[in-house]
Amino acid sequence: MSHHNLPRTIQCELSSSLTAYQELVQQILDVLTELEWQKKDLFGVHLALEESISNAIRHGNKEDPAKRVHVECQLSPDRFWAKVCDEGDGYDPSEVPDCRCSENIEATGGRGLALIRAYMTSVELSQCGNCLTMEKVIAD
Amino acid sequence: MGTYRRIEVSESSNVSVIRFKDQKIIDPEAIQELGQELFDLVEKDNCQKMVLNFSNVEFLSSAALGKLITFEKKSKRHDAELILTNISPEIFQVFAITNLDKLFRIKDSEADALAVL
Repeated sequence: MSHHNLPRTIQCELSSSLTAYQELVQQILDVLTELEWQKKDLFGVHLALEESISNAIRHGNKEDPAKRVHVECQLSPDRFWAKVCDEGDGYDPSEVPDCRCSENIEATGGRGLALIRAYMTSVELSQCGNCLTMEKVIAD
Repeated sequence: MGTYRRIEVSESSNVSVIRFKDQKIIDPEAIQELGQELFDLVEKDNCQKMVLNFSNVEFLSSAALGKLITFEKKSKRHDAELILTNISPEIFQVFAITNLDKLFRIKDSEADALAVL
C-alpha cells in the first residue's frame, strides 16, 4: 500500500463542554474535503459527529468538567471511521425511545442516534453505551 | 416587536415571516437564544400566522430540531398557524429521517405558504 492510500488518523481528547469540539469537527471535515468527499456525504459526517460528540458530552459525561470525551477517526477517500467514547455511567441503548414513532414524535430529544444511523453505513454501540463506533463507506 | 439576534421577522399581510440569521444552527447558546426568540413570537407578541423560512439554513443539529418542535407545540397551544418553507434537500432529509416532515406543515416557498395562510 502506498503512503497515499493510508488512512489519515486523528485522535483527540475533548473536555465535556458543548463548545469544545467545533474545531475538531471542522478539522475532520477539512481533511475529508481535501480527500475530495462530496458535499452531501460531508453533511452526513458532520451531522453524525455533531450528534455523537454532543450526546457523549451531554448525556454521557453530563457536562462534568472532570470527564473527557475521546474521539478517534480514520479518514480516507472512500471511508470515514470514528469512535467516540465518554466517561459517563453508560446507558442501555435499547431504552432510548424511537423518536420516529408517532407517540414519540413530539419528544424534543432522542433524534441524534436515529440521524447517526441514517447517515452512516454502520453504527455500533458498546454494551454499556459508553462508546459509539461509526463508519461511512462511499460506494463507487 | 423587539430586535432579534438569531432571526429576522418581517410582516406580510398579517403573516410574520421569520428568517434565520445563522447558516449553521449548532452552537448551544445560539440554539437557546433562537428558541427563546421564536417562543416570544407566540407567547409575547401573539403572532397568529407564521412562516419560518429556511432558505439561509445549511446545517442544523438535533438540539435545534428540539427547539423547533417546542415552537410548534407552543404555536398550537396559542392557536397560531405555522408553516415551514424553503427547506434545502439536505435539511429536508433530516426532517424526513426523524419523521418531522409529518409533524410540521411544510411548503416549498414563502409564496405557497402565504397563499394558504
